[in-house]
Amino acid sequence: MKKRDQAGSISRRQFVQAGGALLFAAQCPVTLSTKVHASTAGSMMNSFVRIDPSNVITMLANNSEFGNGAYTVMSMMLAEELDVDYRSIALEAAPTTPEYYSPLFREYLTAGSVTTGSTFIPMRTAGAKARAMLLEAASQSWDVPVSELSTREGTVVHADSGRQSTYGDLLAVIHRLNIEPPETVALKDPSEFKILGKPARRYEGPGKVDGSAQFGIDIKLPGMLYGSIARPPVHGGSVISFDANEALTMPGVAKVKAIRAGVVVLADSYWRAQKARAKLKIEWDRGANDGVSSEQFYSDYRALAETPGMLAEDIGDALGVLEAADEVVEATYEMPLLAHATLEPMNCIAQVEGDTCTIWSGTQYQSNDQEVISRFLGIPQQNVTIHRPLMGGSFGRRSSKTADYTVEAVEAAMGESVPVQIIWSREEDIRSGHYRPLFVHKLRGSVDASGMPEAWHQVAVGQSLMQGTKHDPTYMVRGMDIYSLDGCLQEPFGVFPYGTSYQIPNHRVESHNAPKKGIVPQEWRSVGHTHTGIAYECFLDELAHKGGIDPLELRLRLTKDHARMNRVLSVLREKSDWDKPLPPGRGRGVASRIYNISPVAQAVEVTVAENGDFTLDRVVCVVDCGFAVNPLGVEGQVEGGLSFGLGGMAFGNIDIVNGEVQQSNFHDYPVMRLPQMPKVEVHILPSDEPPTGIGEQATTPIAPAVANALFNATGRRVRRFPLSSQGFNLV
Amino acid sequence: MKLTVNGSEVEVTSEADTPLLWVLRDELNLVGTKYGCGIAQCGACTVHQDGRAIRSCVTPVAAVEGKAITTIEGQASEQGLSAVQRAWLETDVAQCGYCQSGQIMAATALLTQNPQPSDAEIDAAMAGNICRCGTYPRIRTAVHLAAQLMAGEQRS
Repeated sequence: MKKRDQAGSISRRQFVQAGGALLFAAQCPVTLSTKVHASTAGSMMNSFVRIDPSNVITMLANNSEFGNGAYTVMSMMLAEELDVDYRSIALEAAPTTPEYYSPLFREYLTAGSVTTGSTFIPMRTAGAKARAMLLEAASQSWDVPVSELSTREGTVVHADSGRQSTYGDLLAVIHRLNIEPPETVALKDPSEFKILGKPARRYEGPGKVDGSAQFGIDIKLPGMLYGSIARPPVHGGSVISFDANEALTMPGVAKVKAIRAGVVVLADSYWRAQKARAKLKIEWDRGANDGVSSEQFYSDYRALAETPGMLAEDIGDALGVLEAADEVVEATYEMPLLAHATLEPMNCIAQVEGDTCTIWSGTQYQSNDQEVISRFLGIPQQNVTIHRPLMGGSFGRRSSKTADYTVEAVEAAMGESVPVQIIWSREEDIRSGHYRPLFVHKLRGSVDASGMPEAWHQVAVGQSLMQGTKHDPTYMVRGMDIYSLDGCLQEPFGVFPYGTSYQIPNHRVESHNAPKKGIVPQEWRSVGHTHTGIAYECFLDELAHKGGIDPLELRLRLTKDHARMNRVLSVLREKSDWDKPLPPGRGRGVASRIYNISPVAQAVEVTVAENGDFTLDRVVCVVDCGFAVNPLGVEGQVEGGLSFGLGGMAFGNIDIVNGEVQQSNFHDYPVMRLPQMPKVEVHILPSDEPPTGIGEQATTPIAPAVANALFNATGRRVRRFPLSSQGFNLV
Repeated sequence: MKLTVNGSEVEVTSEADTPLLWVLRDELNLVGTKYGCGIAQCGACTVHQDGRAIRSCVTPVAAVEGKAITTIEGQASEQGLSAVQRAWLETDVAQCGYCQSGQIMAATALLTQNPQPSDAEIDAAMAGNICRCGTYPRIRTAVHLAAQLMAGEQRS
């Protein structure tokens, strides 16, 4: 145990700053190639910008677009420094080479709500350096000082002489005079921004209203075969034998073969492949997960939670204070397995030719796809080319560490002379997917004489996301997965500067890694916060109730050393009319979380009917994501993130019985629908701080805020999720 | 078998029980209509049959022989995007965008039946169209805006 003293809290503050620096050190420009390369496609001014003689400016985008708004913010950043309309920029997915790896992750990965923050400097620098070269070219060509030149709408202008030249026309000058990118370049001061900070509509929006936007599932290649896979009923099962005689007589069927994922039918249309798949007779080896059940997970985890876990944090003397306390509040929170259920099911096209492989795949994680495929085929990593289309949602699913839906397409394409597209049915998606792991959190706490939380003891139990993966060295700390404890810790933990913005004087948190079995655990929008957020914020509400302190007032007091969260909560109090009494039958709840630096707090009002049906009458969300590069996009991410979290906690649930997932489609795995979606009042706090994430931040607080409001309205605590399993139905 | 798709007559060779969705996507290369569930639970495959919204994933192609089918690709005209599409763009509805063809087709059918729907009527008519990105607040806004745009077009 460790004494919390003044020095301790100062060191935490310092670390917060260091943590910020750590994250934003990653914003330093990634290598920008220093030589201009001319090709038929135009001139590469640097890694991210290509300009062609007809003045088409192309951005090479090294972050994926799956609804997150990456293409919009990145094109805005580039356009701002290049003085062009962001919508005029052409865009290509950058190739899978180290040059384009995320400076933060050191991999080609779009995750963690860091796209805006981690590209804010590099993308603007790429634009500014290209612009500097164009100015230099005009200056030398017209023999006027750069200081007399300006740029607008893709043109360099010399106002005094009236001369002007498009960027495309200046390329010849750059090549003739061998103009090189400057070592350093000044970026625009925010006061000069014409694009950044202003609401901007989605870059790729037009194609998403006329049906022309191309998702992976839409790609057609000459001669391509469609594949449908019969998958084992139990995760990890395998094929013993199969009889394809009938399937092979079906129209359009080209081939049936066993691969590691199951038995794949290749046909000339997807429907024909699916139809023939239904005619397969397969004998399965159900494997090691036969007999696994989610109810067993709950009971095993509950038992584990009663035993000491690995110690993540022990500030003050939580055990001693609880031992001496007159009253101890205890609760166990249980959160189910959840599917991502992206509306575009998993799919991938693969073509294997000699020692090269090409895939067309919607992916968040293409360096890993490349690595897994190269290992599988035994070919060099650079021989794997990845084309990345738009994605119909991802929410973490397409950052698969096993590259499951990618490498199986490669396996299906092996030995075929044409490309093969594997498409998952919705049933495969729900039954054979990867899941947000099931978690149990055991909490004990006490309040002091003034009603403030005095001691907090939390034990988290669930399957680790990172244990045993290549990320183990970075994200496992003394055997604990930092994501299992997302937002639960007051002090630095591994690469996370800290988790919670609250300060409770005696704070002990322990962790158990549940045995890895039954499923593949996968990041689900906002990762560990999806369960830790419920456990932490609901139990804090229990302590507030115990201490007789208003839950929002309590959070304000607990965050007095955290200026940004404190400001968010103060604004929330005002904007949500928190202190105005509610009529009977209604209830109010609050929760606040901090995720990758951005603090977010939400207040909700509910009306609960006698049968447990409830409506969300009001949802107010206050966010501080630093400088909001695109406020319109931020608002959309808040609404959408909140919808995702709300659906997950209200009725999201995957059950496993005898190793088999019981749900299969949207009729038994319900998700949010329009009538259930509340109006969301979004308040984005003005800020000059560097931009931080917003894609996942709103997902977490909604669940505990609603659960707390249901308690406020009815006096009944929900400690097992989803709400629908406890008689509360969102209508 | 002959179909009328977006005003043109086309000949298709898929088996009679093939869902219209896969005929549109794999045979006619009209991939704006999306697969989401295959059992009429998500609305991503919504198209119009004689102006009425149907789920193409559960509609055998034989059932629409001789009927006028309209898809998202048939929404824009020579005058440009439809009022609903313009309202969608103006409101910046789409996030991942995968469900939006179906949303736009559902909204268009709704507004044809009911030119000035209330929030409750919008909720009821569009409850069958799932958006996993949660663009629902903007969908409501955009349907109201489209209603205004269409009313304006009729006046002029």
